[in-house]
Amino acid sequence: MKDLVMETRVDVQTVKIEARKAQVFYGTNHAIKDVDVDILDKTVTAFIGPSGCGKSTFLRCLNRMNDTIASCRVEGKITLEGEDIYDPRVDPVQLRAKIGMVFQKPNPFPKSIYDNVAYGPKIHGLTRNKAELDQVVESCLRKAALWNEVKDRLHAPGTGLSGGQQQRLCIARAIATSPEVLLMDEPCSALDPIATAQVEELIDELRSQFSVVIVTHSMQQAARVSQKTAFFHLGNLVEFGETSQIFTNPRDPRTESYITGRIG
Amino acid sequence: MSIGLLLLIILGLGLAGWLVGRQRAVASVAGDIRKLHSLPGYYGHTVFLMTTVPAFLLMIAWTLAQPVVIESRIADMIATSDIPEGSSRGLVMADVRRIADGLDAVVARGEGDATLAAVGVEGADIRARLAEAGVAVGGEVKPSVLAAALEYRALSGTALTALAAVALILALAGLGWSISRIQGEYRARNATEAFVMWLLIGCSLIAVLTTVGIIASLVFETAHFFRLYPAADFFFSATWNPKFGGGSSLGIWPLVWGTLYVSAISLVVAVPVGLMSAIYLAEYASKRTRSWVKPAIEILAGIPTIVYGLFALITVGPLLRDWFAQPLGLGSSSSSVMTAGLVMGIMVIPFVSSLSDDIINAVPQSLRDGSLGLGATSSETVRQVVLPAALPGIVGAVLLAASRAIGETMIVVMGAGAAAKLSLNPFEAMTTVTVKIVSQLTGDTEFASPETLVAFALGLTLFTLTLGLNILALYIVRKYREQYE
Ligand SMILES: Nc1ncnc2c1ncn2[C@@H]1O[C@H](COP(=O)(O)OP(=O)(O)OP(=O)(O)O)[C@@H](O)[C@H]1O
Ligand SMILES: [Mg+2]
Repeated sequence: MKDLVMETRVDVQTVKIEARKAQVFYGTNHAIKDVDVDILDKTVTAFIGPSGCGKSTFLRCLNRMNDTIASCRVEGKITLEGEDIYDPRVDPVQLRAKIGMVFQKPNPFPKSIYDNVAYGPKIHGLTRNKAELDQVVESCLRKAALWNEVKDRLHAPGTGLSGGQQQRLCIARAIATSPEVLLMDEPCSALDPIATAQVEELIDELRSQFSVVIVTHSMQQAARVSQKTAFFHLGNLVEFGETSQIFTNPRDPRTESYITGRIG
Repeated sequence: MSIGLLLLIILGLGLAGWLVGRQRAVASVAGDIRKLHSLPGYYGHTVFLMTTVPAFLLMIAWTLAQPVVIESRIADMIATSDIPEGSSRGLVMADVRRIADGLDAVVARGEGDATLAAVGVEGADIRARLAEAGVAVGGEVKPSVLAAALEYRALSGTALTALAAVALILALAGLGWSISRIQGEYRARNATEAFVMWLLIGCSLIAVLTTVGIIASLVFETAHFFRLYPAADFFFSATWNPKFGGGSSLGIWPLVWGTLYVSAISLVVAVPVGLMSAIYLAEYASKRTRSWVKPAIEILAGIPTIVYGLFALITVGPLLRDWFAQPLGLGSSSSSVMTAGLVMGIMVIPFVSSLSDDIINAVPQSLRDGSLGLGATSSETVRQVVLPAALPGIVGAVLLAASRAIGETMIVVMGAGAAAKLSLNPFEAMTTVTVKIVSQLTGDTEFASPETLVAFALGLTLFTLTLGLNILALYIVRKYREQYE
């Protein structure tokens, strides 16, 4: 018992994903330049920065979603638990099952709400029977603060939900595969304050199991939910550190002007 | 004045009207076009449309009605006794029209109206004269027929002049009226918009009315057929054995069965192959591969069906017979349902693949990303997300292929033969509705016997078949949409 507690404490410090000199090119457009980031386990890391600075692009590198864009090329080294994820031996499909993602724009499948959430567990065979699957679906929808709104119409199409509901459905869908890392690209941009608070609560809760990376345009949100913050500007990682330090005592003048609202 | 010249004049008026209308609109606000309700061009449009469109519509209606009116005027110039035995008033009227055209040709050869008058008197050498002008007239030209032809010519000439006058008056009236309406507040943009809407409605009406017309004529002739041949025999007899000269049995089932059998085999070939190549092209192939594979598949659609027919007759038929039918003891005919079905299946592959490929490509990338981001493989993504999203369109593509297969004739004649038979054996020769429509109508036959009129009943059956298919597809798509949208 004592051992276990010790172990978890050590875990908190382990580096989950490590990026070294990461570069991303879209054709000739150099979108990410020399980014070094450590994503710690069981920690929330926030990416902030003005629009178009490459937050989404970098996020998509972490689970190799950029593979689907023909013109996109990634260089440098990105490792997950010490293993290079761009190594030819790594199966991107396996990798993405471990590193889940919520996209910037909600993209529910043209399936029922239930099937949307059950999609991941089904393809990965995570549940043994229907009852177990039902339970997973319910708990994920509850965590994503959507259960009360949809419990009576689980078999209605997911595309029939409002934009904010769709986004929460996508969050439920992503956590249903129980990934080790969850990448969230502006998960709250279409949500009202109440749902935002619920999602933030969820992120805080997820921190006990996964490591979470969240892209956000809200400084308050970054300050509220994250322990680490990375500030991107024009494809460069300007500053990366403890959230409290970034927001109270930024080292770089660009960071300071961004968080005080002077650039962006 | 010829019709072509009239058209040009009216167009010219319209263009002039456009300029004047625009000018007047600008002038009405003293050159400050911001005060106009619409851009100046729109005022020009209203004038152009009001000038040309009513006049054109009148010309169309007039040219359609003119022959009918004139013929009814001259019909009583020909006495019943002048109509030869075995002929009809309609045939004589056709002669009248031909001679009238011939006279036009004679005049065009520069012999002038004076000779025409002479011709009218001495009707005898009219045939020779017409022949000189390149118009052959069979039989003696009766004086009354010649007189009618002369009258026809005269009336046509008058009618044309009248048309020109009326059309020009209408165009000018439209021009004047629409110009008089122009002032700063006139909503020319909205008026043009309304006109465009009516134009679009008119065009869709043409399509709808044509369909209605075709169906009506099919139904009418089919009713005619059922007066001559009992409907019960047509629908419930299982033999097809037409005999020109009476006593034929015209049961439709062997033909419907053959049609469905051949089409089903062709779809069994085309749908999986077409759909899977579409999936490969849309989801797996690189841009470069796609850019040459897709056109290569589409070439299949450009091969004339007669070439496919040859292929069926000379290659596929004997091959199937020697390697399958005979060893399996299923028959010794090289024409078979299987032959036609396989070859037709190849023919319709591009209908399925090309359309499906476009439809699959139209599925948003974000859905694929969503699925891949959850750790699904490409084929799981295709099966569970992309195909369901593309299903309505794919059903449409399959339906198009099915209609193509049902309507195909050449491949069936050459691949499956022309023997109407009800059999389950795919290696036996059978035939389809379309083939029988052709064979009932080839040769010089009149539309009076059940053996020829049956073609209309067959056509109507075919139409019902494809209509049923369409309704089924709509139903599938609707049901699916309810579930997923
Ligand atoms: N699919 C693509 N193809 C080509 N260039 C792209 C693509 N996606 C992004 N880019 C380019 O990469 C740069 C970074 O884009 P990215 O989407 O990462 O910005 P972002 O920081 O997420 O912005 P936002 O806050 O607006 O979402 C931009 O200059 C953009 O034009
Ligand atoms: Mg983004």
